[in-house]
Amino acid sequence: MTDAAIQVEGLTKRFGDVMALDGIDFSVPTRSVFGLLGPNGAGKTTAIRILATVLEPSGGRAAVLGHDVATDPDAVRRRIGLAGQFAAVDANLTGRENLRLIGLLTQMETSAIPPRAAELLERFDLGDAADRPVRTYSGGMLRRLDVAAALVPRPPVLFLDEPTTGLDLHSRNGLCDMINELVEEGTTVLLTTQYLEEADRLAERVAVIDHGQVIANDAPSVLKAQLGSTVAELGFDDASIAEQARALLAGRRPGVEREGTLVRLSSNEGPRLLVDVLRELDGAQLSPATLAVHEPSLDDVFLALTGRHAEAISEDGEPAAEEPAGSRRRRRKGAA
Amino acid sequence: MSIDVTTEVVRERSLPVRAIRDTIAITGRNLIAYRRVPQLLVFSTIQPVIFVVMFRYVFGGAIHIRGSVSYVDFLMPGVFVQTVVFGAIATAIGLASDMKSGLMERFRSLPMARSAVLAGRTTADLARNVFVVLLMLVVGFLVGFRIHTDVLGLLGGILLLLAFGYAMCWIFATVGLIVGDPETAQAAAFPVLAPLVFASTLFVDSASMPGWLAAWADHQPVSLTAKAVRYLTLGDSPLGRSSDLWAALAWIAGILIVFAPLAVRRYRRAI
Repeated sequence: MTDAAIQVEGLTKRFGDVMALDGIDFSVPTRSVFGLLGPNGAGKTTAIRILATVLEPSGGRAAVLGHDVATDPDAVRRRIGLAGQFAAVDANLTGRENLRLIGLLTQMETSAIPPRAAELLERFDLGDAADRPVRTYSGGMLRRLDVAAALVPRPPVLFLDEPTTGLDLHSRNGLCDMINELVEEGTTVLLTTQYLEEADRLAERVAVIDHGQVIANDAPSVLKAQLGSTVAELGFDDASIAEQARALLAGRRPGVEREGTLVRLSSNEGPRLLVDVLRELDGAQLSPATLAVHEPSLDDVFLALTGRHAEAISEDGEPAAEEPAGSRRRRRKGAA
Repeated sequence: MSIDVTTEVVRERSLPVRAIRDTIAITGRNLIAYRRVPQLLVFSTIQPVIFVVMFRYVFGGAIHIRGSVSYVDFLMPGVFVQTVVFGAIATAIGLASDMKSGLMERFRSLPMARSAVLAGRTTADLARNVFVVLLMLVVGFLVGFRIHTDVLGLLGGILLLLAFGYAMCWIFATVGLIVGDPETAQAAAFPVLAPLVFASTLFVDSASMPGWLAAWADHQPVSLTAKAVRYLTLGDSPLGRSSDLWAALAWIAGILIVFAPLAVRRYRRAI
């Protein structure tokens, strides 16, 4: 056997007609942080739920610290902590009571529970609110308590499903520090995110998931390098002018493409690129109407890996009516 | 073999030990909610108190009961039953809230006994029923309710009410797990309960009802339980006989045999 903390082979999950997971493979070494990156509905949460024994797999194999999730779920449950997308805490209990409840239900030594709860409450900056009912907590406090709850029995493997959702910048930084500390202490962390930048910051390695399949598995920096570090989008008044601009620019450099009235360039020498590009365009009297520069996003990763945009899909297989998907659709319509 | 980090703080306990410990933990957690959100208890007790006052003093004078039993002595067993029946809705709401909040998902990822979530919920609701029934008994005594039998009859009546309330909790546990949303659970409960609570002999005798309605009202489980309590507190009379007690016990057993496995199966599949 390997020293992988999490081993996933050919894992599938079917919900009715929908293949939420269509045979994914990945493995996570012990004491590392692994990210599952993908749009909504790609299958990230389904994968985490199966690994946390909340869902049963339809096929394939998944093991945590050598224990199969399907045949020995209790052994898996004794070794994991799960913080899902929603703060799974009891609003009527205090923060301390919530952590004690988890301590009891994870079969901890009764005498070890109160000190552990107190330690976590301090660590997550909840000391002052520890004895207040959770329904008085802010969103960020709930989220922190939820992660703290996952850590009560000191699980060697921790699952975090979109852990930064709903956290402000300060709390995000705190979470990053906490994850690093845990890994130093020997914990293995599997987390999901929709943001490449976040995966880059938190995870040593990521699997990009699309339509229930792993389409890339690499270090985030490698994925980013494939894309170039900067993407510039130049908008023109109409598609024919945009095409002229594309032809002009593409003659001198790789990574130029057009979509409707937009010309997109990617490069790893951002500022220099912009100076050159604008000078060339100006020389040819092709001034852009709009200009946007951004760091590579999940969408760019998808474009690079699959040649199409990331598509948010809800669990039942329908495209999700979400802001990112909606704005892309509008953009396409405007470009047509 | 793979690395296996065995944490020193987590113990491997046998399933029966876990089932008991975890049920106690979940029960305690649910009871804290009743203590901390007293509205939950107040609303489930104010309504039956209003019914007692209304039926005892407003409608009571116009309602005539067969035989020599006073109306308040007829009424109170009916109100007790109504209280535990409506109280069972809290089971549905509690479980549906846990599903909606994601707490259920967390429970499923813990090395706890699967049975403890449902057992802890229904045990907490049983404890709440003990409190509510005793409170209603005090209210009953204040408005003139008297026992015609003896202390054993009263104790038997209380135990029967608690057993029936416990069985109803399992019906509503199933409902709560199916709908998975507290508002829907509340809305779904009333249409189920109205024909059982109101088309019954809880508040009036069936003698004045049309034949088809009387047939239903006399033989449905809620009425049978009220009649059984009347048998235990008023003694043998047309208002309640020993056969009603056996029928009520059979219903309680039947409901538990059907709905406990149904709820457990539903819980295993629910996310």
